[in-house]
Amino acid sequence: MITVTDLRKVYRQGKKEVVALDGVSLSVPKGSIHGIIGHSGAGKSTLVRCLTLLDRPTSGSVSIDGTELSSVRDSEIRAARRRIGMVFQHANLMDSRTAAGNVAHPMELVKAPKDKIRAKVAELLKLVGLEGFENAYPSQLSGGQRQRVGIARALASDPDVLLCDEPTSALDPATTDEILDLIQDLTRRLQLTVLIITHEMHVVKRVCGSVSLLSKGQVIESGPLAEVASDLDSKLARALLPLPVSEPIKGALQAGPVLEILFSGEGAKEPVLTGVARHFDIDLNVLAGSVETLGGQQFGHLRVQLGDDADRDAVLGYLRNRGISAKLAGSTADEAELSEFAPADTDFAAETGDSK
Amino acid sequence: MNEIFSNPVLAKALPEAIVETLQMVGISAFFTVLVGLPLGVFLHVTVPGGLRPMPVVNRIVSDIVVNITRSIPFAILMVALIPLARLLVGTSLGPVAASVSLSIGTIPFFARLVEACLRDVHHGKIDAAQVMGSTRMQVISKVMLPESLPALVAAATTTVVTLVGYSAMAGLVGGGGLGKLAYNYGFQRFDVTVMIVTIVLIIVLVQLIQLTGEWISRSLDHR
Ligand SMILES: Nc1ncnc2c1ncn2[C@@H]1O[C@H](COP(=O)(O)OP(=O)(O)O)[C@@H](O)[C@H]1O
Ligand SMILES: [Mg+2]
Repeated sequence: MITVTDLRKVYRQGKKEVVALDGVSLSVPKGSIHGIIGHSGAGKSTLVRCLTLLDRPTSGSVSIDGTELSSVRDSEIRAARRRIGMVFQHANLMDSRTAAGNVAHPMELVKAPKDKIRAKVAELLKLVGLEGFENAYPSQLSGGQRQRVGIARALASDPDVLLCDEPTSALDPATTDEILDLIQDLTRRLQLTVLIITHEMHVVKRVCGSVSLLSKGQVIESGPLAEVASDLDSKLARALLPLPVSEPIKGALQAGPVLEILFSGEGAKEPVLTGVARHFDIDLNVLAGSVETLGGQQFGHLRVQLGDDADRDAVLGYLRNRGISAKLAGSTADEAELSEFAPADTDFAAETGDSK
Repeated sequence: MNEIFSNPVLAKALPEAIVETLQMVGISAFFTVLVGLPLGVFLHVTVPGGLRPMPVVNRIVSDIVVNITRSIPFAILMVALIPLARLLVGTSLGPVAASVSLSIGTIPFFARLVEACLRDVHHGKIDAAQVMGSTRMQVISKVMLPESLPALVAAATTTVVTLVGYSAMAGLVGGGGLGKLAYNYGFQRFDVTVMIVTIVLIIVLVQLIQLTGEWISRSLDHR
């Protein structure tokens, strides 16, 4: 269990003050994976650095399984840190150590007996699917394999908590999914509490049970995936169920009103659109749509255009009565924002270019 | 060829000169690494934002190091340190005495190189080690030094090559060795054979050191 309460971190740069975290609160229950998503500069890395005490918070509190971290003395920091496993974007392995040597590193620090270390290293490498790679140096491994070693190393001190700072941002899409599935599998098996920092919505969709949106050092939205996805007005829902920017289809229907509809759970099972068409005896066109299973629940996000003879308020009322969020579609400027956490082309360039 | 073997100076003095040069280089290389390595580590970890920031002490030590390496020409430093050599080893003559000033001349140089090597260790590795629960000493001994070992060996190689050059100079003020041989016979008595032989030997020595150092550095590098 990770609990963060009203965390603030202010960096001083000469006379200027940079507020990196501005009152962040969140809580991650044991055995679950929480995603922190936000743009570059939102304060994600700062949050992780405060959780690992690489940086001292300016104010606020961080506790892990009831142990208050922000007030421990320097001498106790090391013990506290051993309860946290950390996975880095670029794995940060030691180039001078083999895979086995890297996994052994945290155990060497507390002078564990050699045979214990050897047994544990073998067990951990097997757990992350790297049997037979004991003697490989990081330079001989692929990006995904290096990250597996990083995960095995993070687990070597039997931590309660796993912090992952952009664990897949340097990997290709297929490897990303492998690593995410591994993290999910380990979370279940070892009953870990996991925090994944990311700027890609894909990561959240695939493994997170809950998510927080961090912006300018503040959590502006937060909650279980199924909950935040059901709110048509939330930024997270729009990012989780993105619709491509689309123009009304010219000539098909004469400039009728365009609606946005979001249905989930039970609502997703009903044939809503044909229901509307029959009930009001109107035509409608689907302009864009996105259907996903999020947090074990089905979600659909549609943009539809009604015929110009349709009574849009009546249609909106009809949908809302059936527990379906619906509203008049926003401007295209709004729509551009929808794609903000989609993996951009630049991310792909970064992952193929920089291998270390 | 014949001239080389029949040259009385070479037959008599060359073996001793070689031994003296190797002594000077060996002893001072040993002390340079012994003192320069910790000094370089100290300079690196005490910088502001370092592993153990001590800005004032760092500034002072750093200034002393810079002053010795940058401001005082080695020839002058060597002469200035003759009294210290006499104090430490009882004499100002011979390769052991010369090693005192040689070491003091190259320690700051090597410490600077060490500092630069450590600075090149990626900061993410230090973060990773700290999050694992390393003590500062463990960060130094298990991350900084092993990760920069290939670069440190290269730095030591450069330093030893520099020492060969300095040792020739030290030969002139009592250290003996190949430098003294070249000066006494090659320069003062115009014995061209002696001059050429010492030059060739020094070139061979430098090449050997350079190649060995590069080979060790490469075989340690797993990147
Ligand atoms: N050591 C530091 N000194 C000064 N400012 C910093 C420091 N670290 C981060 N910041 C600032 O804090 C803000 C948040 O940074 P960061 O946590 O790295 O964002 P993210 O990881 O979300 O991209 C940025 O404005 C950044 O410039
Ligand atoms: Mg970051």
